[in-house]
Amino acid sequence: MSKRLFVKGNEAAAMGALEAGCRYYFGYPITPQSDIPEYLSRELPGLGGEFIQAESEVASINMLLGASACGKRAMTSSSSPGISLKQEGISYMAGSELPGVIINISRSGPGLGGIDASQSDYFQSVKGGGHGGYHIPVLAPNSVQEMYDLTMHAFDLADLYRTPVMVLGDSVVGQMKEALVPNPRPQRELPEKDWAVRGKGGGEQRVVKSLFLGDGELEAHNWKLHAKYQVMKEKEVMYETYLADDAELLVTGFGSVSRIAQTAIAMAREEGLKVGLFRPITLFPFPEKALAEAGIRAGRVLVVELNCGQMVEDVRLAVNGKAEVGFYGRPPGAGSLPSPEELLDVIRKSCARI
Amino acid sequence: MEQVFKRPVSLKDVQTHFCPGCHHGTIHRLVADAMDFHGVQQETIGVASVGCSVFLYGYFDIDVVEAPHGRASAVATGVKRARPDRFVFTYQGDGDLAAIGTAEIIHAANRGEDITVVFVNNTTYGMTGGQMAPTTLVGQKTSTSPYGRDRKKDGSPIKMAELLAQLGGVAYSARVAVDSPKNLIQAKKVMREAFGYQAQGKGFSFVEVLSACPTNWGMTPLKANARVGEEMIPYFQLGIFKQEGNE
Ligand SMILES: Cc1ncc(C[n+]2csc(CCOP(=O)(O)OP(=O)(O)O)c2C)c(N)n1
Ligand code: SF4
Repeated sequence: MSKRLFVKGNEAAAMGALEAGCRYYFGYPITPQSDIPEYLSRELPGLGGEFIQAESEVASINMLLGASACGKRAMTSSSSPGISLKQEGISYMAGSELPGVIINISRSGPGLGGIDASQSDYFQSVKGGGHGGYHIPVLAPNSVQEMYDLTMHAFDLADLYRTPVMVLGDSVVGQMKEALVPNPRPQRELPEKDWAVRGKGGGEQRVVKSLFLGDGELEAHNWKLHAKYQVMKEKEVMYETYLADDAELLVTGFGSVSRIAQTAIAMAREEGLKVGLFRPITLFPFPEKALAEAGIRAGRVLVVELNCGQMVEDVRLAVNGKAEVGFYGRPPGAGSLPSPEELLDVIRKSCARI
Repeated sequence: MEQVFKRPVSLKDVQTHFCPGCHHGTIHRLVADAMDFHGVQQETIGVASVGCSVFLYGYFDIDVVEAPHGRASAVATGVKRARPDRFVFTYQGDGDLAAIGTAEIIHAANRGEDITVVFVNNTTYGMTGGQMAPTTLVGQKTSTSPYGRDRKKDGSPIKMAELLAQLGGVAYSARVAVDSPKNLIQAKKVMREAFGYQAQGKGFSFVEVLSACPTNWGMTPLKANARVGEEMIPYFQLGIFKQEGNE
């Protein structure tokens, strides 16, 4: 049994990466994620790994591209403005079918915004933030334990599907300290990296690229990527429910806000209100089937986000008019985090209207 | 009968897509020769950039990673850190390296990444149709400097080989041309030397090659070749600007 530790979410993510076998990290400082590079700059040299504080987020995502092209497990991390700069590289990695993990401890925007907890990078993360119509798996931890577990999982998904994977948190899950059980990496059968460049060594030439100019080549490539996304939707959906079976109001939210919602729901239950929680853990692939089932069963869904309404669009698509969808959003900024009591109030009002 | 001239084994036996009179093909040959000379073809990973040389993998018989525009030096950094036992080079144009990729080249050089960078300076953006590059000469007309490059507004042509030679991480920095037999012989020697620096683990090596782009210069291959000597070399002087351990 692993011992229990008491650590920050950001450190837990870095520890998860090391346990997953990641030995290459490239990043650029930005609050509120700098604990990740700080931790890895201490640990990687002793493990025979490489740590580079790059000249920019643009450079660091491209260093990741290079290390990943060699078949190595590699990672970068940043926060919203830095993730914007990485998007071109993420698009190239998606196009070149390169694995790699990107942690986004997002902050508030637009522009320089602020460093408060925010979920306004939902669109950017799940809709293919760069050019060219791709998707990447996006995992949304809501605890320190999940920062560790999901970062480890991200590396497996990346290798399984040959895709960049994003772990999307915010300063709540990144900065808070909680108990962590640093479980050993799960054993998973993963495909051989027979595509990685290595110097021919007498073998076949290998090329990692995203340029496809031959007749029909790029269309075929896009259909191939699309097919991968369909398999992810079948196999990789993750979500969690809380008191959802008999709920007449289904609250849904991801990441940090789901913790507040869960407390509010427990308070509502004490008042006899039939409320439950549906928490997407994978934002891509979005748990559309399970959410539709639970939402339609309840008849009414309340989407809670730390923004002006992003995931709510996917919830509406999922229930497709068969359940009523309400929204409570708190755009980011100091003092903008809703308290459980505030959410309870919103829940009461939603229930009163049933 | 003894064969005295043949294709380097690192080059594939295919026709290139380069325009007639383009120097990219000659420079490819020099790079392949340097790989052959050091016997590193089988352990080399090349990093292609975005520009007329993007099809590197079509001509060199080596493993290749294609980098986003301007990012080849950062990609090569990742490759070399992941595979320090491998030989890694980038091949970049002047738009790629000296405009959009300036930060990446300066910092890869300054960190002293143990890679070789081949920089093709043709004073224009070849692939996108002859726009002004950071290396465009003062007065030179391009599709986006129709009145000629104006030093006051557009700045002066940037001298990358001299600039990089100032950085602590750089072990070797030189500029060569391939417009005459004499320059070609020197270019071949320099390219071998630069690759030799990496083969011996001495640090970052950089070769700037002056190159003709007849198509976008609006010249015949012969005129374009002559322009290298008449207009480029007087400004972009040939030479070895840094040669660590040999000062
Ligand atoms: C981000 C981005 N911006 C612009 C381009 C368009 N583009 C392609 S090649 C190129 C410049 C090529 O010029 P150079 O690097 O000098 O190489 P050459 O073609 O002359 O060999 C540009 C601007 C691009 N592909 N990506
Ligand atoms: S456009 Fe210029 S650089 Fe490109 S292949 Fe033609 S001559 Fe060479």
